Amino acid sequence: MTTVTSGAALTPAVAVFEYHLVGYRRTWRGSVFGSFLLPVLTMLGFGVGVGAYVTGGVAGVPYLDYIVPGLVMSTAFQVAAMESSWPVLGNFEWHKIYFAQSAAPLRVGDILGGHLLFVLFRVLLSAGTFLAVAALFGAVRSAWALAVLPVVALFGAAVAAPVFAYSATISTDSYLALLFRFALLPMSLFSGVFFPVDQLPLGLRAVAYVMPLWHGVDLSRAATLGVAPEWSAPGHVAYLALWAAAGWWLARARFRKRLVL
Amino acid sequence: MTDGRPLIEATGLVKRFGDFTAVDGIDVSVRAGEAFGFLGPNGAGKSSTMRMIGCVSPVTAGRLRILGMDPDRDGPAIRARLGVCPQTDNLDPELTVAENLTTYARFFGIPRKVARARAAELLDFVQLTERAGSKVEPLSGGMKRRLTIARALVNEPDLVLLDEPTTGLDPQARHLVWERLFRLKRQGVTLVLTTHYMDEAEQLCDRLVVMDGGRIVAEGSPRDLIARHSTREVVELRFAGESQEAFVDKLAGIGERVEPLPDRVLLYVHDGDAAVATVHERALAPESVLVRRSSLEDVFLHLTGRTLVD
Repeated sequence: MTTVTSGAALTPAVAVFEYHLVGYRRTWRGSVFGSFLLPVLTMLGFGVGVGAYVTGGVAGVPYLDYIVPGLVMSTAFQVAAMESSWPVLGNFEWHKIYFAQSAAPLRVGDILGGHLLFVLFRVLLSAGTFLAVAALFGAVRSAWALAVLPVVALFGAAVAAPVFAYSATISTDSYLALLFRFALLPMSLFSGVFFPVDQLPLGLRAVAYVMPLWHGVDLSRAATLGVAPEWSAPGHVAYLALWAAAGWWLARARFRKRLVL
Repeated sequence: MTDGRPLIEATGLVKRFGDFTAVDGIDVSVRAGEAFGFLGPNGAGKSSTMRMIGCVSPVTAGRLRILGMDPDRDGPAIRARLGVCPQTDNLDPELTVAENLTTYARFFGIPRKVARARAAELLDFVQLTERAGSKVEPLSGGMKRRLTIARALVNEPDLVLLDEPTTGLDPQARHLVWERLFRLKRQGVTLVLTTHYMDEAEQLCDRLVVMDGGRIVAEGSPRDLIARHSTREVVELRFAGESQEAFVDKLAGIGERVEPLPDRVLLYVHDGDAAVATVHERALAPESVLVRRSSLEDVFLHLTGRTLVD
């Protein structure tokens, strides 16, 4: 009996995922082109342009090779944040899509889970494309780079789930501008994407350690360079899982508050 | 499937939001094949009741059974057999008309192929076949409403809930929606609707309740309600001069009730022509006289008052 229930509980979330994919079919060309063009431009800009100034390399590798794993994660980070902010707010406030879904035999967890699954799919697609382009440019130094993909998925959940919770709490998008300006932008600057965090003053370094991005970047960098991470790998995974789990729990509570009145 | 038991059974149903009581202990029972209406001014508690029946709003107190099940425990199982047309359209404007139906069907576990066939059938039913491939955004209000109704039917529901199905539509669009709902009713689909349009209730509902302030103030068929709460006919008299009130005393005793309005006086009477004759006998000379049958609107205004509630 329990297996039947759990099997049945999985399917509705997949139907919700499928619904988001149908919507994505209209815009995928633009978004795939974008997620392909961005890494190409980055390779050229940083590899040839900025890289030429950073003659000594960083951490013993050419600057391009150093920032590629960081940029893969920062791409994942941006897509995760974008896709869990305006779309989530819009589904509550503008098109009321979630309310339509809650009238169907879906549970709050299915509505949230299906949408989150779609966000992870988008995150994987963009970060994966970036990684593939970087490999073509020879900026990936180890076969361990394949391990970046599951890390991207976990990291995507660690970012998307809390942003879902935030977006489900607010009622206008001016709060999203706040989130991007004061939380997400600083995080992408000070999380070891472009330079090692030990260059930061202690206070900022602490922020980098608390936020999820640095944990993703450190794992991703270890994988593409084929070296040991700065901090414990299981520690990173556990910490990201904590963000994802706490985010999920919060988001589900917020969704329930909005949908079940 | 329900063995003749009511599809909806509510006893002492209460919904509170903090200190505010939206639904204040109502008893309702809806049988299979019936078209049942909730009438009432804004804020009467109609939509809160509908949301509880739709299993998206927990019951504060009282007992509610939908299709013999408990919404608290069996929400998804009940919703699987309901069709819901909400007050404001919540279609996906980015998807096509047909995709809005097929993706929604998938939420009910309907296989893709069946979903496509059913979407085509339903688009035909709501006369949107030509628009199947177009996006939802540019559709007119009436078309969106029809599409929302089609979406509510995608799982072949046992019970269809319609919250103000024609509010905001132009007369042509309203008549088309009524005509489609009437067909559904003839096919034996159980309809539950809320409305504040009396003509809608008279056209569609076999039975209805009038709600006011979260309570049921009257219940019955439209004809019952008129018989019970109004007279057979109403005479509308318009007098020259500013105050219609001045004529109330002069009209006293004609019919059961005299009601002055800013622009006319209403006489609730059994026989309109006889009443008009009495008016003339009293040497009163109204500028215009209209004798009409009593309507549900008279009942509604009598029971819930003419004061504007917002």
